[in-house]
Amino acid sequence: MEQVPKIPKEKFKLLHKKDDQAQESLGTPSLTYLQDVKRRLFSNKVATVCLILLGIMVLISVFAPVVAPHNPNTQRVEYSNLPPKIGNLDIPGFNGMQNMDGKSVDAYKEVGAPKGTYYILGTDYLGRDLLSRIIYGTRLSLIVAVLATLVDLIIGLPYGIVSGWKGGKVDTFLQRIIEIVSSVPNLVVVILMMIILKPGLVSIVIAIALTDWVTMARLIRAQTFQLKEQEYILAARTLGESSTKIATKHLIPNLSSTIIIQTMFTIPNAIFFEAFLSFIGIGIPAPNASLGTLLSDGQKAFRFLPYQMWAPALILSIIMIATNLLGDGLRDAFDPQSSD
Amino acid sequence: MTKYILRRILYLFLTLFIIASITFFLMKMLPGTPFTNQNRLSPEQLAIVKAQYGLDQPVFIQYLRYMGGLFQGNLGTSFQFNNEPVTQLIGQRLAPSMQIGAQAMIVGTVLGILLGAVAAIRKNTWVDTLATFISILGLSIPSFVLAVLLQFYLAYKWQIYPVALWDNFQSSVLPTLALAALPLGNVARFMRTEMVDVMSSDYIELAKSKGNSNWQVVTKHALRNSLIPVVTIIGPMAVSVMTGSMVVENIFSIPGIGEQFVKSITTNDYPTIMGLTIFYSFLLVLVILIVDILYGLIDPRIRLGNGGKE
Repeated sequence: MEQVPKIPKEKFKLLHKKDDQAQESLGTPSLTYLQDVKRRLFSNKVATVCLILLGIMVLISVFAPVVAPHNPNTQRVEYSNLPPKIGNLDIPGFNGMQNMDGKSVDAYKEVGAPKGTYYILGTDYLGRDLLSRIIYGTRLSLIVAVLATLVDLIIGLPYGIVSGWKGGKVDTFLQRIIEIVSSVPNLVVVILMMIILKPGLVSIVIAIALTDWVTMARLIRAQTFQLKEQEYILAARTLGESSTKIATKHLIPNLSSTIIIQTMFTIPNAIFFEAFLSFIGIGIPAPNASLGTLLSDGQKAFRFLPYQMWAPALILSIIMIATNLLGDGLRDAFDPQSSD
Repeated sequence: MTKYILRRILYLFLTLFIIASITFFLMKMLPGTPFTNQNRLSPEQLAIVKAQYGLDQPVFIQYLRYMGGLFQGNLGTSFQFNNEPVTQLIGQRLAPSMQIGAQAMIVGTVLGILLGAVAAIRKNTWVDTLATFISILGLSIPSFVLAVLLQFYLAYKWQIYPVALWDNFQSSVLPTLALAALPLGNVARFMRTEMVDVMSSDYIELAKSKGNSNWQVVTKHALRNSLIPVVTIIGPMAVSVMTGSMVVENIFSIPGIGEQFVKSITTNDYPTIMGLTIFYSFLLVLVILIVDILYGLIDPRIRLGNGGKE
């Protein structure tokens, strides 16, 4: 042992309480983990913008029946293929003018629409309001994404936790199943499911969730393996907590960052597959609108009516970009070490 | 390593067997036969047609037959396309798909590597921001959206490339571009992260302090070491290119297997769907296997098990 040097008493000084308090108030207030995450997320401008954008889209989708100017499925054949027009504003591309035989004519006058009639994004070949269809299509995409993610969680979370928590033979067995399931290509599963089940929302969700849960289960398992070695889990076990209680009270809260990040990557994936399936014609059945079917319709008509292609292409791209960027932002916010 | 490869090959066959079985029974679960709607057929005629396709046998016998056929490389005959064997259908249509798929992978990977490397070298400058922006666009915008936009501008409006045609290299440019965006974005992003890591490592410092030029350091040391992990994402990327290929081929009317797949789905041509499903699965599983083995060969840390890691 080293000799502790003797310090003369005079060197010690009694501090007053006041100084103590002053020192404490100088430090920044300590943040909880979630506050810290929030601070990091909102200091990321790109992610914040994406969050706001997606927030607006979610709001519009939730209130679609109120926001949409027309019923998305009401057909008015006499008003078919009208170009976009916003009130009486004279903005090129949004003034209801259409090129016919080299001349620019007011398409709305041509079909004899009354003065107050206008469609902000125009109408499709059956005279349905494109804006309303896009709003409903976006709503559908988001519903698919949320449901698929939920189902994903419902399968993947318990599977991953059980596999990681039990370990040993149970884990080996469960991992073999995952290995086989994941070696079957997503696309094949999704398409087979779509052929077997009736086309529609439910089958799309099932098809997507059936392929996506594997990634979630894998991540949760790996994380559970790490978490179960932690002291607080040991403490909980020593105190005789049941496994289910440990899972719900200790594991899941600590897995939340993994779950949230993975969810943000499941969502664009689900939106992509829904649009993809609808685009090739085995997704959402007519007459309901989906961004995929709208784009497919738009592609067929783009020679003469390019506006019908633009809107769904743009919205779909924006959703995909925003969810991807927000996912990145969330990952950086939850796990600052992951970025440089 | 040999043991690992053997195990993986075993899994490959197991997977294919399971996929084939599931596909078979799912298809059998579907109500009706392809002839249900052909009212003109009398019951006798129907029986003859069914016997011709072996549909009069019990399901289990049909299953054994189908699996037996599979082992001999026989995928059955198409209901829709003039009774052509499915293998023949695939054979005829494989080349265009392979061409645009391979072109897209090469273009995407090479450009992605360049973009990612440039972004990493010029880290935190506008070059980096621009590269990140491009890779996010490539990652996010679905290939079919991009295909539609390319078709509209480059083919229809500006008439640089044909709208929907398949004859020479010109006609493969747009589909290739549409499919290359995703690998480009993926590789660029991965490459940047890897390269930033490598650039801050000790051996790069050493190489710099030995007086090597920046160019030498980058090409001889940084690029090489960052490339290794990029190999891992080639497998999943090939999968997504094949997925995208299905719609992109449709958009540009390319007579490939993707277009065939979509067509057979919309016409309920079950033998073709089954055959293509199994064929697609085989391709995908094979690509992933090859990539995994390659990775093991390139990176000795994997070959030696976990001993060499970190």
